[in-house]
Amino acid sequence: MPKGMLGRKIGMTSVYRQGIQIPVTAIEVLPNPVVQAKTADGPDGYNALQLGYGKKSVRRVNQPMQGHYKRAGVDPKRVLREFRDMTGFEAGQEVKAEDVFEQGDFVMVRGKSRGRGFAGVIKRHGFGGHKASHGTHESFRGPGSIGSSATPSRVFKGMKMAGQMGNKTVAVKNLEVIELIGDKHVMLLSGAVPGSSNSIVEILKAE
Amino acid sequence: MADLLIQEIERREAIVDIPEFGPGDTVSVHTRVIEGNKERIQIFRGTVIRIRGRLGHGSFTVRKISSGIGVERVFPFNSPTIAKIELERQGRVRRAKLYYLRDRVGKAARIREKAAPQKSKG
Repeated sequence: MPKGMLGRKIGMTSVYRQGIQIPVTAIEVLPNPVVQAKTADGPDGYNALQLGYGKKSVRRVNQPMQGHYKRAGVDPKRVLREFRDMTGFEAGQEVKAEDVFEQGDFVMVRGKSRGRGFAGVIKRHGFGGHKASHGTHESFRGPGSIGSSATPSRVFKGMKMAGQMGNKTVAVKNLEVIELIGDKHVMLLSGAVPGSSNSIVEILKAE
Repeated sequence: MADLLIQEIERREAIVDIPEFGPGDTVSVHTRVIEGNKERIQIFRGTVIRIRGRLGHGSFTVRKISSGIGVERVFPFNSPTIAKIELERQGRVRRAKLYYLRDRVGKAARIREKAAPQKSKG
C-alpha cells in the first residue's frame, strides 16, 4: 500500500536536467507529525498513520479534537490525513520527506482542484459554442441540442451540461521526484499538481 | 510575483554567474556547441533587445548582424548551453523592448553608450 506524506504546493518553475528543460512543481514538505498511529493488533484493527500539516489556531479546534492532538503532543494542524499500512512511527514522531521519498521515485499527488464555480459547457466540457454572426441570436455559448424527440423522450444520463467545475479532489499520477531539497524541505515534482499555491496536497509513493 | 522560495530554487539552478545587463547592452554569450562527441565554445555577440520574465526563469534575446543578415537568438537564463556571459558595453535606451532595431540598418541601428559605464564582471 502506498506510503505518503502531506505537503504544501508552492508553485511552478522549470529546471534543466541532462540538457532538457523539465516543468516542475515545488512542494514544501516539512516534517509531518504523526497525530495517531493505528495498529493491526490495536482497537483499530489495521495499520495506518494519521499525519498532519499546516497550522491551526487552538481557538478553532473543538475540545474533542484538542484532546486528540494533546494525546500525541502535537499542535493543531490544518489538515489531517490517514495513510494506510504505514508503520514504523509512533504518535508524536515526525515523518521526514527523506524517510519516504527519494529522487527518481514516481508519485501520485492528490489535492483539491481550483474552483471555477458554476461553469458553462464551453469552459467545463470544451464545447465549441455557436457562430458569432450569420443570424445567431441569444445563444452563443449554449450546448445546442441535448437529445432527440419523442424517442426516447428523455435526456440521457451523464449528458454533458453546465454545472459546478473544480473544487473537487483530483489526483495526478506518475509524477517523478526530480529533486529533494533537504535543507529547504522542498520537493520538485515533474509536471503540474492540482490546486492553487498554498493548498495542501497528499503525496503518495507509487508502488 | 513568484514566491520567494521559487526564486530561491531558480537561483540554485543557475549554472553560470550571469552579470547584470539590460536591454540595449552588448553582450557576448559563450555557448556550448556539441559536434559529434566534441564540445566547443561558440561566441554570440550582439545587442540585448528583450528580457522576458524573471531572472532564473525567463529568457533574453540577443540580436546581431551576421554577414549582412540580422540574426536573433533567444537564451533561457538557466540554459545549460550557456558557458559564460560577458557584458561588453552598456547602451542607453529608453524602452524595455528594442524591436525597432529590426527595422533599422547600419548607422540608424546604433545605440548610444551609457554615460558612466560600469566595469563588466566578465
